[in-house]
Amino acid sequence: MLFVELAAQGLVQGSIYALIALGLTLVYGLLRILHVAHAAFFTLGGYVGVLVANQTGSLAAAIFAAMMVAGVGGILAFRLCYQPILDQPPFVPLIASIGLYIAAEELFRIVFGAQGLTYRNEFLQGQVVLFDFLRFKHAEVVVMLGSAAIIGVLSLLQIRTRIGIACQATVSDPQMAESFGVSRRMVGDINFFVGSALAAFAGVMVSLLNNLVEPTMGSVPSYKALAIIVLGGLGSTRGALAASLVLGVVESFGTVYLGQLLDRNAIAFAFLIMILMWRPHGLFARR
Amino acid sequence: MDYEISLATTMAISVLFALSLNLITGFCGQISLGHAAFLGVGAYTSGMLVKAGIPFLLTLPLAMLFSGVLGIVVGLASLRVRADFLAITTMGVGFLFVGVVRQQEIFGAEMGISIVADPGLSKPEFMLLSVALAAATALFSTYVRRCWMGRVFGAIGEDEDTVRVLGIDVPLFKLTAFAIGTALAGLAGGLYAQHLKLIAPDSFGFIESVTVLSMVVVGGIGSVTGVAISAAVLSVLPSWFQFIGDYKLLVYGGLLFLMMRFSPGGMAALVIRLSRSLGKGAK
Repeated sequence: MLFVELAAQGLVQGSIYALIALGLTLVYGLLRILHVAHAAFFTLGGYVGVLVANQTGSLAAAIFAAMMVAGVGGILAFRLCYQPILDQPPFVPLIASIGLYIAAEELFRIVFGAQGLTYRNEFLQGQVVLFDFLRFKHAEVVVMLGSAAIIGVLSLLQIRTRIGIACQATVSDPQMAESFGVSRRMVGDINFFVGSALAAFAGVMVSLLNNLVEPTMGSVPSYKALAIIVLGGLGSTRGALAASLVLGVVESFGTVYLGQLLDRNAIAFAFLIMILMWRPHGLFARR
Repeated sequence: MDYEISLATTMAISVLFALSLNLITGFCGQISLGHAAFLGVGAYTSGMLVKAGIPFLLTLPLAMLFSGVLGIVVGLASLRVRADFLAITTMGVGFLFVGVVRQQEIFGAEMGISIVADPGLSKPEFMLLSVALAAATALFSTYVRRCWMGRVFGAIGEDEDTVRVLGIDVPLFKLTAFAIGTALAGLAGGLYAQHLKLIAPDSFGFIESVTVLSMVVVGGIGSVTGVAISAAVLSVLPSWFQFIGDYKLLVYGGLLFLMMRFSPGGMAALVIRLSRSLGKGAK
C-alpha cells in the first residue's frame, strides 16, 4: 500500500514540476536560454494569488489575476532582460538570469516579509477518498487534472492554430519563419506569457497545498525545473513532461528508501547526473 | 586591529577562491555552478584532519589533493556534457555535496563541525599566509595564461571542435583545468575552515557558488586583475556597509544581472572601454 501512496504523491509532485518545466522548456526551445528567473514567476503567482484571494474571497479570481500578472511580467522579462543579450555567448543570459532570480527572491522578502503569507479562507482542502489507503486533497486533484488539461489544450493549440504553427516554425528555423512573416518578437512574447502564466498557476496550487507563500518557495522548483528540462532533452516538450513525472516519482521513492544517505534535492540531482552520463543530451534529445 | 586583520583574511581567501574558479570558467570556458562544493571538500578535509590532531599546515596540501581528485572526477563529467548541460551537471554536483554532508553524522550533519584546535599561527601570521597564498595564486594564474597551456585553454573556451581538429588532446587540457582550479578551491577551503572555525553544509551551497561566480563575472571573466579586485571588494562590501549586509543578496543579484545586461565582459571590459573613449577624447 505504501507503494501506491508513494507513486500517487510522486505524480502530484510531478504534475507541479510539469507546469513549471513546460514554460522553461518553451523558452529554451525558442531562445536557447536557461531561464532560471522563471521560478520568480512561480513565486509571484503565489503572492498575487494569496493577496487577491484574501481580498476578494474568490479562488477563481485569484488564479486568473496570478496568471495575468505573471504572464505580463514574463513578457517584460523577455523584452527588457533577455532580448538585448541574445547574441552573447550562452553563459551571459544564464548568469543574468541567476542574478535576476536572486534579486527577485530578495525583493519578495523585503516587500512581503520573510515569514510568508497564508490564506484566510480554506480552499480545496477537502479530501477525495479513492480507497482506504489512497486519499487526495482537492487541491492535489485540481493540480493533476489541471495540468493534464492545460497541457492537452496547449498541444492542440500548437498543432491547430496559425499562431501555434508559427511558434513551432520559429523554433525549428527562426530565419525561415521570419521570412514567411512570423515576428520573432511576437512568438517570444507568447512563449513567455504562456510559460510564466503556467508557472503562476503552479505557484497558486503549491501555496494552496502548503497554505503558505514564502519568498524562498521558488528556489527548489527553479533548480529542479532546470534539472527536468535537461533530463528531458533541452527544448523537448514531451521529454520535459515525461521527466517531470519520472522525477516526481523517483524523489518520492528516493526520500523513503535513500533518505538516510541523501536529502531530497541530492536524490534528484544524483538521478540527473546518472542519466546525463548515460545520455549526455537527455532522455528525448532532438536530433 | 583585530577586525582589520580578520577582514583582510576574508578578502584574501575570497580572492584565492575566485581565482580558482577563474581558471576553469575564465580561462578554459567551462562554466561551473557548483564550485563551492570544492571549497567545502577542502574545508571539511582540513577541518576533520586538524580535529584528528594533524598540524594545520600539513592539512592544506591534503585538502588540495582531495579537492583536486574530486575535481578530476567532475572534470570527467565535463568531457561527456557541454555548455548548458555542463552548467546543470555542476550545479547538481553542488547539491549532491550539500545533500551528502547534511545527512552524515561524521560531518556533523546539519550543524557542521567546529574546529577548536590551534593552527599554530597567530591571527596576523594567518592573515599573512592567506595573503601570500592569494598573491601566489594570482601570479600563477598570470603565468598560466601566458604559457602554452593557457593558450590552449583559451582556444578550448573559444571553439573546442577546432582545437580538437588541430590534433590537441582536448580532454587532457580540460581535466588539467579542473584539477588545478578545484585543488586551489580546496586550498581556499582549508583556510576558510581555519579562519571561521565553524563549517556547516549551507556555507557551501548554491548561493555560495553563485556568489563566487558573480565575483568572477563582475571582475571580468578571464581577467586576473579584474577578478582579484572584484573578489576583494565584493567579499568585504557587506561588512563595510551594514545596510548592504541586510540586502547582500539583492546587491549581488542585481550586480550580476546589470553587469551581464550592460557589460558582459565585466569591470575589465568596462575599464578598457572607458580608457579608450578617454584616450579618444584627449586627442
